[in-house]
Amino acid sequence: MKERELRGLIGKVKAGKLSRRGFVQAMMAVGIGAPAAGQILLSSGVAMAQPASTYKPTKRGGGGPLKLLWWQGPTLLNPHFAVGTKDQDGSRLFYEPLAAWDPEGNLKPKLAAEIPTKENGGLSADGMSVTWKLKQGVTWHDGKPFTADDVVFNWEYAKDPATAAYTIASYQDVMVEKVDQYTVRVKFKKATPFWADAFVGTRGMLIPKHLFADFIGAKSRDAPTNLKPVGTGPYMFKDFKPGDLVTGVMNPNYHQANKPYFDSVEMKGGGDAVSAARAVLQTGEFDFAWNLQVEDEILSRLEKGGKGRVSVTPGGNIEFFLMNTTDPWTEVDGERSSLKTKHPTLSDPEVRKAMALLVDNKSIQDHIYGRTGPATRNFLYGPPRFDSKNNPIEFNIDKANDILEKAGWKKGSDGIRAKDGKKLKFVYQTSINQPRQKTQAIIKQAAQKAGIDIELKSVTASVFFSSDVANPDTYTKFYSDLEMYTTTMGQPDPGTHMLQFVSWEAATKANKWQGRNITRWQSPEADKLYRETEVELDPVKRAALFIKMNDLAIQNQIVLGIVQRPTVSAMTAKLNARISGWDNNTSDLSDWFKDA
Amino acid sequence: MQVHRVSRQYVIRKLLIMIPSLLGISIVLFSLLAMAPGDPFDELATNPAVPPEVRAALRAKFGLDDPVWMRYWHWLIALLQGDWGFSFVSRMDVSTLIMQRLPVTLVVIGASQILAIAVAIPVGVLAATRPYSLFDQIANTFAFIGFSLPTFFTGLVLILVFSIQLDWLPFVYRADISATGWEFYWEHIKQSIMPVTVLGLFQGAALVRFVRSSVLDVIRLDYVTTARSKGIGERKVITRHVVRNALIPVVTLVALQMPIVFSGAVVTEQIFRVPGIGSLLITSMLSNDTPVVMGVTFVSACLVVIFNLIADILYGWLDPRIAYR
Repeated sequence: MKERELRGLIGKVKAGKLSRRGFVQAMMAVGIGAPAAGQILLSSGVAMAQPASTYKPTKRGGGGPLKLLWWQGPTLLNPHFAVGTKDQDGSRLFYEPLAAWDPEGNLKPKLAAEIPTKENGGLSADGMSVTWKLKQGVTWHDGKPFTADDVVFNWEYAKDPATAAYTIASYQDVMVEKVDQYTVRVKFKKATPFWADAFVGTRGMLIPKHLFADFIGAKSRDAPTNLKPVGTGPYMFKDFKPGDLVTGVMNPNYHQANKPYFDSVEMKGGGDAVSAARAVLQTGEFDFAWNLQVEDEILSRLEKGGKGRVSVTPGGNIEFFLMNTTDPWTEVDGERSSLKTKHPTLSDPEVRKAMALLVDNKSIQDHIYGRTGPATRNFLYGPPRFDSKNNPIEFNIDKANDILEKAGWKKGSDGIRAKDGKKLKFVYQTSINQPRQKTQAIIKQAAQKAGIDIELKSVTASVFFSSDVANPDTYTKFYSDLEMYTTTMGQPDPGTHMLQFVSWEAATKANKWQGRNITRWQSPEADKLYRETEVELDPVKRAALFIKMNDLAIQNQIVLGIVQRPTVSAMTAKLNARISGWDNNTSDLSDWFKDA
Repeated sequence: MQVHRVSRQYVIRKLLIMIPSLLGISIVLFSLLAMAPGDPFDELATNPAVPPEVRAALRAKFGLDDPVWMRYWHWLIALLQGDWGFSFVSRMDVSTLIMQRLPVTLVVIGASQILAIAVAIPVGVLAATRPYSLFDQIANTFAFIGFSLPTFFTGLVLILVFSIQLDWLPFVYRADISATGWEFYWEHIKQSIMPVTVLGLFQGAALVRFVRSSVLDVIRLDYVTTARSKGIGERKVITRHVVRNALIPVVTLVALQMPIVFSGAVVTEQIFRVPGIGSLLITSMLSNDTPVVMGVTFVSACLVVIFNLIADILYGWLDPRIAYR
């Protein structure tokens, strides 16, 4: 569907000539899913129909205890320090942001009275500010009122480098001012298309000013409330043993009627993912288990008992395949894979094309990941509005052979193709993790049939993913020809995610290999597209730019998506819990309940 | 008894020797941890949303940028003042973290040690008094099976049978049981049965072999024959004369095993999610939380050294033939 047609349809909805449902159906007909269609309408100024609440309980409490099993327990409970998912999930039992991301990548108000839009005056036309109206009558667990001062304080707290908050990036470049007791305005330095960062989702959880005001900056680590959270959330803090247990009791003054349903909550840590799945699916000792990195085959077997079910929540995390654009085997100025070099064989686009044809996404999904890893060629696939339809999965050994043959890469006596004395021999590295080693084997086998020799290398995860400047085996150094890992996408906006393809983010010695562009691809075209996304305020056009950028990287075979890595959790049969791939597992905890 | 045989001088000398050896241990531990790859704030470095300044500020705040010898010096001075350090990961005192875990460790590991001794001594003695009898054969077979099977295997088997097939026992250990009164104790016992059994039988199996061979050594000695020929009943000969002497090396062995009660059992704790010191140690290692690792390992080292001394003293006390000078 062309952009103009789309705009025509949106216009009709606005004018009342076309119903929302009619619009969604028209979009479905051309392959755009309902959530994406809803988002297009919302961002075009048509208010979104809030999904009918599925929350059934008619009174607060009475649900007994809710038992959560995290196989790595939370180790700290200040959301501004919570780097690990486990810590964020634990903090979220007690703390809330202004708005949370729902499973479709849309905003759901928590401490905000409403989601800012252009229509309600929340978003300025020039994209320079966003005004949040706060919910009134909300109190902290200790009875003090929640006001705009608390929101402003969180900005002051997080933006101070001496506080060393991990949330700093969301706050340091904005200005936050109090408009009145229940209104705050976030001002940007330049027009900002993605405005829902500060005070939203994982990095937006709010801590009370009256308990943290004395512990801003260098004294931040001494705040007693770091270990005894006082928030606005559905549960109030009871006890905390780092790495083992967090417990809470129902907040009798919670700001949403009839919520929460459970009388108490406990989050137990420790152990391993398989036995966590067992404790929910097989014995029912626990109600919910988190992040089950377990083979689908095992999960399906455990599910057969009927005590619980596995829930797979799509997000944006992607297991992907990278081809080095620089030469990992030549050292220049003390670094390999230097920007001053070119890869000796992978710089030939025909070799890349052939290599891409040898990645068998379908088999990798079928034989390794199952439900926990749907195949995709895209690097950017979620939320659905960013998913490009232009990159079909193609696995074809004959075609790869054909391309290489035509490009002059001839098989030698050892069966390995070579040209001008350069052989197609690659080192392919990843971290030690069983599914990854199986994936490596599948790709190696296919490559062999096309006359490409692949040497497999696997590095301990703690080394591979470390930022150790002295270690040559980290994924950011990429001292090999091919590489594979999962990159996470924490927010439904691809801004950070797509830094993978901009020239100025190349990981080099100069930036201690902290750059986000691991393949070191230098593409003026991709740079230009990214610069445009930074100023494009129209969400529809912006999404198109990101899709184009994704296509550019995939079609130049810089990277290839292998499988999506959705969030996999287990819950007992009666539990109703909506998990969002764009926010913490516990982001919607207030709405969890069990069927009677 | 003749306590004076272990001279006070000897104990004081031993205690003085402990100081340099503990210092040495702490230096080795500290430098090993400092040399090990990994950084407690690694997670920050790989997180695109965290600017490098935050990590730099944290490193400075926790003194990670100082040279190793200086960090060691700070650590040592603080330790002498009773400060165990501050966890990077949990942002709380290491001593608080250890104290939170200690009760569970003492109960679970302590109970398993008691179980091990309670099983090993009677079985070992009985097996030795009737060597190569059917009972001895069976006891030996089980002892071999017991210490050949790793705890992660027996643990899983128990879980499969008692939690999943029979649904009798929970396999997730919870330190906070909300019940009160009898139910509280019952719940605690129920969840401890499997970890205690796994650990107790594993340690007990090795101990059975040890007790048996020790009793066999003694039972052949002349004084036992003399005692028998005096007309003392077999039962009394065994309990009063044989076991008493045979247990001397066993006591030493048990004393040397005591530090394990503190350091916990990493594997078993992981399987049953027992929040003991062992699981604290392993999670701290995985997250490069060096102050906690240092705290736990150093306490273990101290206990090993101290219990070595206690074993020495006990040995001299139990066996007057050994003289210390």
